[in-house]
Amino acid sequence: MQQILPYIINGISVGGQYALIAIGYTLVYGILRLINFAHGDVFMVAGLVMVYATTALPFYVALPLVLAATVLLGFTIERVAYKPLRTAPRMSVMISAIGVSYLIQNLAFYITGGVPQPVTRPIPWISENVIILGASTKRVTLVTPILTILLVVVLVYLINHTKIGMAMRAAAKDFETAQLMGIKINAVISMTFVIGSFLAAVGSMLYFTNYPSVAITSGGMPGLKAFVAAVFGGIGSIPGAVVGAFIIGLCEELIKGAGYTTFSDAFTFAILIVVLCVKPTGLFGEKVTDKV
Amino acid sequence: MKKLMAAVLALVMALSLAACGGKSDSQDAQSGDSGNKVVKIGVFEPQTGDNGAGGKQEILGMQYANYVQPTVEIGGETYDVKLEIVDNRTTPENGKSAAAELVNRKVSMVLGSYGSGVSMAGGEVFQEAGLPALGTSCTNPQVTAGCDVYFRLAFLDPFQGTVLANYAYKELGVTTAYVLGMLGSDYDQGLVYYFTEAFEGLGGTVVAEDFPEGSANFVSYINNAKAANAGVIFAPVSINYAQLIVEAAAAQGFEGALLGSDTWDSNKVIESATGKDVTSFVTTFYQEGGNPEFDAGIKEWINANPDAKTNNGGNDMVAAVTAIGYDAYFTALEALKIAGSTDPKAVLEALPSVSFEGVTGLIEFDEIGDAKRDAAYIKTANTEAGVWDFVKVQTVG
Repeated sequence: MQQILPYIINGISVGGQYALIAIGYTLVYGILRLINFAHGDVFMVAGLVMVYATTALPFYVALPLVLAATVLLGFTIERVAYKPLRTAPRMSVMISAIGVSYLIQNLAFYITGGVPQPVTRPIPWISENVIILGASTKRVTLVTPILTILLVVVLVYLINHTKIGMAMRAAAKDFETAQLMGIKINAVISMTFVIGSFLAAVGSMLYFTNYPSVAITSGGMPGLKAFVAAVFGGIGSIPGAVVGAFIIGLCEELIKGAGYTTFSDAFTFAILIVVLCVKPTGLFGEKVTDKV
Repeated sequence: MKKLMAAVLALVMALSLAACGGKSDSQDAQSGDSGNKVVKIGVFEPQTGDNGAGGKQEILGMQYANYVQPTVEIGGETYDVKLEIVDNRTTPENGKSAAAELVNRKVSMVLGSYGSGVSMAGGEVFQEAGLPALGTSCTNPQVTAGCDVYFRLAFLDPFQGTVLANYAYKELGVTTAYVLGMLGSDYDQGLVYYFTEAFEGLGGTVVAEDFPEGSANFVSYINNAKAANAGVIFAPVSINYAQLIVEAAAAQGFEGALLGSDTWDSNKVIESATGKDVTSFVTTFYQEGGNPEFDAGIKEWINANPDAKTNNGGNDMVAAVTAIGYDAYFTALEALKIAGSTDPKAVLEALPSVSFEGVTGLIEFDEIGDAKRDAAYIKTANTEAGVWDFVKVQTVG
């Protein structure tokens, strides 16, 4: 037990980080049936904003600023790149998403000069070392899963028990009918992007407390794995995304612990293929009923 | 609204294209402002990607050398030396096109690169063009062995790997080593191989693992090293990953030492290690203080030049790669003088007969084209002061 404990703790923490990103994918997919490829890059931008903001400003200003900037970015992407394509075929929107992803990466490339930006002032308290059951780790490792679950509970409450949540559920069920019933569909979609980006920003702050530099490609791998997690759990389902993310995170670290470090990434993507073959809708995916 | 947006976007694109065009024009127009003839020396270095930080420091050495000695006498005429800098973006795929770009710019000789994989890729292009290249801090033997036009200033990985293995086994008294390299990196895997060979030859045990490109979480790797009871972690990785490994080792409370190769000798790595409870040793080409005159000169230049300071990571610490970049520039001038011509073919013939005292030691080439070096500097990270402390000069024995 003492042997595998550090791997489990680390795996849960990694899973929590993936979960916060995966929710962004799953929410947007649930409503727009769009895979938002730019989401991983929004995560990266949040990291960069954090690096720049924390070096210049005190934390109580910098951290809310990171959240605000990321939310604004998510909102703007939706308004500029996706909204004009609302009536276009779904493929066009997807390609627009890929375009946005590359645009953000290259803008970041231009601003940072392509060199990873070091996190010189990590968030205090959570970046300190603690020892649990004989295993040393950063406090953020423990904070991540707790904060993730807390945020998910709030989100589920928001969706099930508030007016905007009801509107979101209605839009997810039937886009056009919801519109006919007087739901302001644009506001609902914007809200989805705001929530997704907010969670990505929180995820980013936790992630880059653990790792000391933000590169322009930093969003790539976590984004991709969070996407796998979302598909694994059943894209469109929030509990699915969270469970999927924790499973992916845990498996990945345990595989490394078992000595197969070379295959840790290959494993993640093998899972994706297997899930898609065996259970195309994922663990908690919605059943597709054909409307005749 | 839609049309307006489309128009604006089109305009932005057109403008950015125009900006690109304008930039290259002005670069060409710069040459020969003092009336002298111009000799072009190509600089083949990464400025972006995983090795961007190291490549930039190496370029600094060359730029400073160019500032110190902007002209050269070739065949009785004074030439202005112009550095043609291209970005090979760390990866072999991009390296080829960057190398071809240098061939097109008609340079007399090429300096670089930081990183072995990209140098090998560039080497194929230089070989085809018959353009001599002088490797700076690329240490994989294949760079020069498989390529007639490639020479090199750095020591080689078999040497470096053996030095570190000896240091770990004999000086640190460690019998189990954990080695970690990036999958698919020629530099990492080469060093891992030579270190393992030497360490096992001495009677030690090696546990080797790889990580995929783009990894950020090294916690499990450190835990594996702890589980294997390793006394040292040898990770010959690029600066970016070195920082992550230092961070993870500190967080996991790894008690042994971290061993790094020449890539680790960077102020970015020392920044990560400062204030943390980690021990690390690195092998390198130059120790600050080895040539006080050079140190003082370059520090003054860096401090007077905000761009240079940014590229050096925001301070005036002298990295070994900067010193080697400086030596590379003067080696090129020596070769040009001996050749008495700016023709790449003549320079290629002149290179083997170069012999002069650089800041990193005597520079002479053997028949393969490698600098004759038999000593490496070992430094350790002083985590309180945030500087590299000199440990010893290790020769292989």
